[in-house]
Amino acid sequence: MSTPARTDSPRGTPGRGHTDGRGRVGRLNDPGLGNREGSILEAIRRLSPYLDGIRWRWVAGLVSAMLAGLVALSIPQVIQQLVNSVLHPGGSPADVWGAVWLMAGLGIAEGLLIFGRRFFILPPAAGVENRARVALFTRLQRLPVSFHDSWPSGQLLSRSVGDLSLLRRWIAFGTVMFVVSIVTIVVGIILLFNSSWILGLIYLAGAVPIMWRSFYFRNDFRSASRLSQDQAGDLATTVEESVHGIRVLKAFGRGGEALEGFRGQADTLRGTEVRKATVLSQFIALIVALPETVIGISLAAGVYLVASGELTVGALAGFFATTAVLAGPVESVGQLMGMSLSAKTAIDRHVEVMDTAVDIADPIAGPAVGAGPDSGAGSGSGSGSSLAFEGVGFRYPDATADAEPILRDVTLRLEPGETMALVGLTGSGKSTLVQMVPRLYDATSGRVLVDGVDVRDYALQDLRRTVSIAFEDATLFSDSIRNNVLLGAPAEIAGPNAADPQAAEDLLDLALDTAQAQFAYAMPEGVDTQIGEEGLSLSGGQRQRIALARAIAAQPEILVLDDPLSALDVRTEEVVTQRLRAVLAGTTTLIVAHRPSTVALADRVAVLHDGAIQDVGTHAELLGRSAGYRFIISSFEEDKSIESVMDSGVITGMTPVVAVDDASGSGSEGDRP
Amino acid sequence: MSRADRTQRRGRQAVNSSAPGEDQRPDPTLLGTQGEERLDLSVQERKYVRARSWTLLKDLARPVKWKLILTAVLVVISNAARASFPLIIAWGIDWGLPQVVSTLEAGGSAAPVVAAVGGTYVGAALTAGLLLGTYTWLTARVSQAMLLDLRVWVFRHTQRLSLEFHEKYTSGRVISRQTSDLDSLRELLDQGVSSLVSGLMFMLFTGISIVVLDWRSALILLVAFIPVAIAVRWYQVRSEAVYRESRVSSARMIVNFVETMTGIRAVQAFRKERANDRTYETLAGKYRDDMVKSLNLFGILQPTLVITGNLTVVAMLLFGGFRVLDGTLAVGVLVALLLAGKRVFQPMEQVAMFYSSFQSATAALEKVSGLLEEAPTVREAEQPVPLPEAAGRIEFTDAEFGYGDGQVILPRFDLTIPAGQTVAVVGQTGAGKSTLVKLIARFYDLSSGSLTLDGVELDQLSASDLRRNVVMVTQEAFLFSGSVAENIALGRPDASDAEIQAAAKAVGAHEFILSLPEGYETDVTKRGGRLSAGQRQLVSFARAFLADPAVLILDEATSSLDLPSERLVQQGLTRLLGDRTALIIAHRLSTVEIADRVLVVHDGRVVEDGSPAELIEAGGRFAELHAAWKDSLVG
Repeated sequence: MSTPARTDSPRGTPGRGHTDGRGRVGRLNDPGLGNREGSILEAIRRLSPYLDGIRWRWVAGLVSAMLAGLVALSIPQVIQQLVNSVLHPGGSPADVWGAVWLMAGLGIAEGLLIFGRRFFILPPAAGVENRARVALFTRLQRLPVSFHDSWPSGQLLSRSVGDLSLLRRWIAFGTVMFVVSIVTIVVGIILLFNSSWILGLIYLAGAVPIMWRSFYFRNDFRSASRLSQDQAGDLATTVEESVHGIRVLKAFGRGGEALEGFRGQADTLRGTEVRKATVLSQFIALIVALPETVIGISLAAGVYLVASGELTVGALAGFFATTAVLAGPVESVGQLMGMSLSAKTAIDRHVEVMDTAVDIADPIAGPAVGAGPDSGAGSGSGSGSSLAFEGVGFRYPDATADAEPILRDVTLRLEPGETMALVGLTGSGKSTLVQMVPRLYDATSGRVLVDGVDVRDYALQDLRRTVSIAFEDATLFSDSIRNNVLLGAPAEIAGPNAADPQAAEDLLDLALDTAQAQFAYAMPEGVDTQIGEEGLSLSGGQRQRIALARAIAAQPEILVLDDPLSALDVRTEEVVTQRLRAVLAGTTTLIVAHRPSTVALADRVAVLHDGAIQDVGTHAELLGRSAGYRFIISSFEEDKSIESVMDSGVITGMTPVVAVDDASGSGSEGDRP
Repeated sequence: MSRADRTQRRGRQAVNSSAPGEDQRPDPTLLGTQGEERLDLSVQERKYVRARSWTLLKDLARPVKWKLILTAVLVVISNAARASFPLIIAWGIDWGLPQVVSTLEAGGSAAPVVAAVGGTYVGAALTAGLLLGTYTWLTARVSQAMLLDLRVWVFRHTQRLSLEFHEKYTSGRVISRQTSDLDSLRELLDQGVSSLVSGLMFMLFTGISIVVLDWRSALILLVAFIPVAIAVRWYQVRSEAVYRESRVSSARMIVNFVETMTGIRAVQAFRKERANDRTYETLAGKYRDDMVKSLNLFGILQPTLVITGNLTVVAMLLFGGFRVLDGTLAVGVLVALLLAGKRVFQPMEQVAMFYSSFQSATAALEKVSGLLEEAPTVREAEQPVPLPEAAGRIEFTDAEFGYGDGQVILPRFDLTIPAGQTVAVVGQTGAGKSTLVKLIARFYDLSSGSLTLDGVELDQLSASDLRRNVVMVTQEAFLFSGSVAENIALGRPDASDAEIQAAAKAVGAHEFILSLPEGYETDVTKRGGRLSAGQRQLVSFARAFLADPAVLILDEATSSLDLPSERLVQQGLTRLLGDRTALIIAHRLSTVEIADRVLVVHDGRVVEDGSPAELIEAGGRFAELHAAWKDSLVG
């Protein structure tokens, strides 16, 4: 269970790797020195779709930054001249004024140029980040479900947030400052040598190790940061579990053990943070002590050189002022180089997703049948489409070679308008099979046919308009109940340009009514109540009913119900099933069933066993002839819960109790984490 | 361990000490976690909340007091050394240079003076660098030690707080206190509160060195400080608002992203991609705008500080330059002033930027200290009565239970359950069944009367004795991340693998566990390791079996089952109950039939009490229930 609290702290785990069971992904592409396939220029080339409108502004920003750097370097030159030729007792006041005006001009120019760099580059860099982010989102939405199965959403989030903000900082700051730092250092060192080659050499001897060290520092520090982020994530998981599982911990008196485990993890995290600080503190000690030591040596040498007449006082003053300007660039040039490598990794990771093939897409040759599976698609009044599976097999793309396929050879045919129940033991592949109809998965062998045509030959939009599905784990979106229910409704009824607004209301009422989701009207703002992340939270049973209403409101030719009633009590499920039969007469329905009452309402029942259809027939026929069916169905054996009988008011002295989940969402229908 | 003990002691202490005296409590609605969302605090209330945070900080700092003092010493010395660099340069030029000139003219060796000047500077450089590094490292050690204590402390406190509190406060908020709130403290520490303090010290000492060099120039610095302060304040105020906005817009964007990706099946099945594209584009665009706004603010602050710094230097040059012409100021001093003036405002950027970090950390600390102020309503006995091995006799005498607000849930009653009896509790939703059995597990305490186990008051038992003898299995069958074996071992952490397997066999879980990809070692959070509700319940039964308590409580433990494992559970259940004292809130009548005794609870009272057969014969509510159930089986 992840909580919203954690979603705003994207985990910076890089690379796509093996999850370790907590959604954490091992580091494969560590952005270090080892990963250098393709140059940085190559990576930048891949960004070109996002670079509209930034190119000349980037150049303008670079020019501003470069000028700012040169201005900063020129100020010490002015000081040098000033000390040498003006500032001595009896010097000319007019020259002092001239120097003052010059320095003031340069000082203001430096500020304005810094402003200019930010003004030119930052907004378009934010634009690049934004375009890349939107493009990534768009791409991810089109990638098949199997892709999402193997990529935890936290991974995708870190690509969307952390990586792309690094990209922006690199474009806006890293690239420019790298160039500027190099130029500043080169020019500055030339000036230093110009003042005195001895002092220049001394300075260089100190600057080189700092540049070299700072390059490694960034990577050391980053990898320590990564580790601490991972550990903080694990710690958060432990906290979440300790809170969600508090009843268990209390019931078994395991608070002490939980605390010890937590303390161990927290202590590990502390150790990592301290190691991180150690890396930082060593670096700080170096960048403070080394350049200043060099300056101390230069001071000694400078005093001697001045005294022996080989250097002017002004040149010495200028030297110190120049080293002060150079300190920043020398310290950061290595880090900027490290940043470039990280940015390249971020780009690679972005490109990796963008280059993943969308292997569930519209047919290349165009849809086989003009408008779609059925000309009456979306009308809901048609006679339904036929649905057939022919020798369908499926195995997960990441399954090991010796693993049994989930489905081997499924052959099954639903006539238009027929309701077929699909039964099988847990793990028999029912869910995977039904999700193949709207092509959430594609069969790895065999075909799925709608109206006799392979589903892969339809345009996706048309296919998914024809087929509507409700899942067991009802996914709703942060929106009003109305919009959630009418999500898949035909555009001519519920679209923005629908002719008759009343038709959409009627459809909404019908869908909610059929799904026994009338509780929606009793919500604070009725069907306009916001649900989801920032709205009201619903119980598991309520969510399932809204999701079912959504599938109904889509008015499909084929309705696929993947055990959407599991969280409902038996009575409600019975009512829903009966209403469904009435409302969806004529809609071809494939329903994964777990209860005899559902099975009994189907026209026919198919038994899925060992990856294939074992038998098909009516409930009665199968009971008669199939031992396997009897076994499965007997496992469904139901009796009403004591509470529901007592709540129903049939017992003397007990008044009926309204189902709790309709009242507040705090009911017992499996809404616990 | 010693750290553990210390933290524990401190934890207790602080719970008491962090609640200032009665007279300081302005408003009961502010105690503990109440009113933590309130924004309209009065001055006095704000003072109270601040004092609470401050007390918490002091409690955390106590064990690291000496290290804190040492860091203070380090930061002072290292920054004094850093700020002395321009002074040494001035000294080198104004004192060293004439000395060297005169020595050279006299034909002597320049080495001693040159070495003195250079050596002083290098000495200051090494002192500054090494001490600053040590300071950074020590600060991290100290702050991480405090953070660790706080984490452990909040974790323990959360675990100790009664269920009544957790039910009211919700898991989401408890988790936020422990994750995002502590993270904002961590962020503050992480992003260099040490470099901020050090930067401020540097400014102070640089200022002092300017005073030492030339107090008149220090006046210029004072004047220059006015626009700097205004700029920084302006930035703080503006960025605070913009920062909050961009937090909101980034959270919206991220929530939308996560929701879309986790719900990708529904997105694709209902063709929501294009609509989502538009929504996300809007959200991401809003985030970009907010971010640019906040970057722009800094884009104004930074040049302002640079220009102010440069103009300060110019003013010092103007003011000092004429005095050099007069011969009243040494040129080395002027050079030093110019160097110092350029550097003095550099740390202001950090000061401005850290403000929002400070703000969110303060808010976090206020909430966390509120959580810590909550006192557990179910407290452990201070001098517990030992009860190593209970027989399992439970007795309620003159017992009554109600919530703190005076609402009575179970009116006065007496109830005796002999050791070894299996008791089924039935009743309507909200009749009080669950409350009754949770009292025995001491999830709540009675409001009055007594509840004993083997004659010992429940609240006189130590937590470990109580939990060894009384175990409750709840409806949710929560599994912790880790292997199946580890989850079973939660019942008795020192159990061997053989004992774990024996427990699983006893409740009928062994077979399905073996069928998992890695058997007992399968991680329950991995694909293939995700268990169905029934399987999870079997694991939790095995857990309870392994714990082997004298009294076992099953609170709707079978209600989530509707799958093939149900039968298995029923068999496992019989073995689990064995000859223990058992209370079962039964979901199905088939479960009631294995009970020795049935309690029918209605409106908080036991209205029928007897064996199933007796009750059916007596013809009351249970008899009707039985009849209705028989009907439903036939129909």
